[in-house]
Amino acid sequence: MLAAALACAPLHGAGGDASAGEAIYARCAACHALAYDRSGPRHCGLIGRRAGSVPGFAYSEAMRRSGIVWDAPALDRFLADPMRTLPGTSMAYAGIADAGERADLIAFLAIATASAACRGSAGR
Amino acid sequence: MSFLTIGGAPGAPSTRRSFVVRSGALLSGAAVALLAGRDALAARAASPAEGDVRVLNAALAAEFEAVAAYGLGVASGLLQPPVRALAQTFQGHHREHADLLAKTVARLGGAPAAAKAEYAFPTESLATQADVLRFAAKLEQGAVSAYLGAVPLFADRDLAKAAASILGDEAMHWAVLRQALGEVPVPSAFVA
Repeated sequence: MLAAALACAPLHGAGGDASAGEAIYARCAACHALAYDRSGPRHCGLIGRRAGSVPGFAYSEAMRRSGIVWDAPALDRFLADPMRTLPGTSMAYAGIADAGERADLIAFLAIATASAACRGSAGR
Repeated sequence: MSFLTIGGAPGAPSTRRSFVVRSGALLSGAAVALLAGRDALAARAASPAEGDVRVLNAALAAEFEAVAAYGLGVASGLLQPPVRALAQTFQGHHREHADLLAKTVARLGGAPAAAKAEYAFPTESLATQADVLRFAAKLEQGAVSAYLGAVPLFADRDLAKAAASILGDEAMHWAVLRQALGEVPVPSAFVA
């Protein structure tokens, strides 16, 4: 279902290539999944969500108090250098330095986190 | 101190030192010192940036989850005996990583992350041995990326070196799992 959504997506919409972004998302798979919480919170429903707001997930104080709402610019800034952008975050990752890769990943997230695979899981 | 000299003779009693060698991880001098109780040497690394502890704890949380994930695979009844043995071996590696990371966090004055009481896994999508292998391969690929993203963050270069040695182990897991799935085991010259 998700693959079909990606296949139908405008590949270069919003500045990024969602298909390429799907491959980049594999880097997130140590800690994140779309539909369920792992050592990182689930991504379903991410776009437009207030940071630190998935019920039941143990966020860092920094993330809870960040005031961030996850839209494309916020994701771009955070993914470039998470620990510098948000000191105190638990996301111990150097970031994605390449702006094009970030755009691809964000394009993927925009589609995948609102896909049928996410239906019913975003607010669980 | 040479890594070749701390393990003792084959068949020697199991000690923390031989544990380090058996793990196959060429740990940094600081990490080995932490495990071996050489407090004087470890003390040099005992006032790290708070960030180092945070990075170690993020890795520790992922290692705990990996132990649980392999446990799920081993208990699934879906794995043929040789694959099951492989999964148990890899689970043991992750357990060793977790043990090292937890001890290092504690020695650095931090509170080690704890394993969750339960983990959410996509069990509904695990119906065959290949499903389990694919699931494990995905986790290992993610772990490689996570360690790659963690190594440059350490203020203490010895900790970065220890994390890199774990990265190498995770990359080998990923390659072996890909091979077991009939995929090209090493798909590219670089990992990302």
